[in-house]
Amino acid sequence: MQAQEPLTILIAEDSAADRLLLATIVRRQGHEVLTAANGAEALEMFRRQSPHLVLMDAMMPVMDGFEAARQIKALAGETLVPIIFLTSLTESEALARCLEAGGDDFLAKPYNQVILAAKIKAMDRLRRLQATVLQQRDLIARHHDYLLNEQRVAKAVFDKVAHSGCLSAPNIRYLQSPYALFNGDLLLAAYTPAGDMHVLLGDFTGHGLPAAVGAMPLAEVFYGMTAKGYGLAETLREMNAKLKRILPVDMFCCATMLCLSFQRRSVEVWNGGMPDGYLHRIATGERVPLAARHLPLGVLSPQAFDDRTEVQTMAVGDRVFLLSDGVIDTTDADDRLFGVERLQQLFAANREPDNLFAEIEQALHAFRGEPRDDVSMVEISLLEAAHVVPSAPVYSDSGQSCPLDWSVSFEFRGATLRRFNPLPYLLQLLLEVHGLRTQGGAIYSVLAELYSNALEHGVLGLDSSLKRDAAGFARYYEMRNERLEALQDGYVRVHLQVKPHGAGGCLVIRVEDSGKGFDVARVMERPLDGVRLSGRGVSLIRQLGHNASWSDEGRSACVEFFWEG
Amino acid sequence: MTDTHIDREALSVLREVMEEGYPELLDTFLTDSESRLAELQKTADAKALSEVAHSFKGSASNMGAVRLAALCQELESEAKNKSPSDIARLVADISGEFADVRPIYEYERLHAVTH
Repeated sequence: MQAQEPLTILIAEDSAADRLLLATIVRRQGHEVLTAANGAEALEMFRRQSPHLVLMDAMMPVMDGFEAARQIKALAGETLVPIIFLTSLTESEALARCLEAGGDDFLAKPYNQVILAAKIKAMDRLRRLQATVLQQRDLIARHHDYLLNEQRVAKAVFDKVAHSGCLSAPNIRYLQSPYALFNGDLLLAAYTPAGDMHVLLGDFTGHGLPAAVGAMPLAEVFYGMTAKGYGLAETLREMNAKLKRILPVDMFCCATMLCLSFQRRSVEVWNGGMPDGYLHRIATGERVPLAARHLPLGVLSPQAFDDRTEVQTMAVGDRVFLLSDGVIDTTDADDRLFGVERLQQLFAANREPDNLFAEIEQALHAFRGEPRDDVSMVEISLLEAAHVVPSAPVYSDSGQSCPLDWSVSFEFRGATLRRFNPLPYLLQLLLEVHGLRTQGGAIYSVLAELYSNALEHGVLGLDSSLKRDAAGFARYYEMRNERLEALQDGYVRVHLQVKPHGAGGCLVIRVEDSGKGFDVARVMERPLDGVRLSGRGVSLIRQLGHNASWSDEGRSACVEFFWEG
Repeated sequence: MTDTHIDREALSVLREVMEEGYPELLDTFLTDSESRLAELQKTADAKALSEVAHSFKGSASNMGAVRLAALCQELESEAKNKSPSDIARLVADISGEFADVRPIYEYERLHAVTH
């Protein structure tokens, strides 16, 4: 009869004989017994000793069992203290009063030991169950709070990382569902030192914290390398290698990355596993798909990763539209996909480009019957270069160790030209000179132009006149990739010279190549318009730098930058 | 007379349950019963009568005094409806029944001690 842990049981009974009998029975069943002769005593005993269970006579002097039961239940709060009414009450009205007062069961006189033991056992089970439920409820509540807090912290950190870029630039419009941060969608944008704009729309497999955790290193690489002047290929290679290294095998990141060049009026695209993006040419109404040509980031080894990009021309006002798979993967009640065709119908029906997002959202809502919480869309338009005002980088060093009189020469040959982009290193070096920092963007632009001229027209022998129309433009970049892959010989030399000049200083940049050169005089005759697709960027160089000159039949270019003390 | 007044089976269970506490239980019951009887005899209020009868019935039933319990039950439920003379007769019956069974408990008491 004693197959349970001993309980402390309070017996409240005014009849001395019954109390004695019951106390003896309960004690013999292995429990600790407290006794009270009326309701008031019972309540006092309960306050002092907190028994597990109460056997309560209904009719008692001073305070009856009903009132005592009510007060005990109130004191016990959420903890279940079962109360078994001791009664030979036969009227159902009186039994109902016991229940109202919080009674859990009845025991009739004369007492039966077996029934009493069974009832105590059943009530003890109930009591333990309630205690377990409360404990688990509190545990779940604590876990829940903990999780919410983690999510809040992660979101705060993530928001800082993901929004430190230039998403607020006037040419970017984007829509991210409120929940999109934690469904794995990621949108990053930043200016390069040359004033180009890098944009990345990514979609991590997995949701919640794991996705956010993967997004942070990705964002760091994106912002860090973009700010240092790395191009799409190097940045993508680094992001892929990093994700491959840190993510579990079943996690990766589909992504489209763009480099929008306001100066060159072009967009360079790499799409790994994202839905087609679109380049909307406003003049013709044409929408050029920017299709996925690669596996997502974090899948392939660094050796197997393919960083080849495609380049398209753009006119001022043209727009690039990117979207997450939440849009076309939306299903209706019958499990039909929204699909690309419906999206293209929306494109076709769109009259006011600024309403496109709203129209797509509305269509998704109507199709699905409710709004979705994992839709990301972004649209970037090409502005006049003069209207782009990249934010100035912030430097944290004191400038006391600024070098002022030095020169350095590099020669980059065959295999190095194929893979290596020396521009970020050269820029870093030059930005050690304090006086040059305010001109960092211009220096980078000129350096980038001179280097790509030397590489593409010089070493690779590509004809810039190809770039006169959009088709030729694409062809030009295909040939560039092909010739670069096959490159064995040739060189690009970069000479940098920094010397004091008056109270300030002067930087001389000279870039030489192993190519055939060009007719310098003819190119120099052209007006300084700076916005044509072809023309070797000569106008740009002449506008941004001083004393730009070409020698050795165009194989050697020289340009100067000055700063005041 | 014993069979209709006392449940002998109940008594033997009590003896077994209480062990050395049995005499104390018997003493307590007898003392308790006397004070309840006194209350019944001096009370005229129907509600008070009914409550005392209720308690008395409880302990009588626990002690195997089946006829005493039945009489108390009758008083408990009928106190409101019966005339004062009927109540007086019922209280007298209860008193008489207690007087009848009392020797049995006293015998049990004696027996338990000498045992």
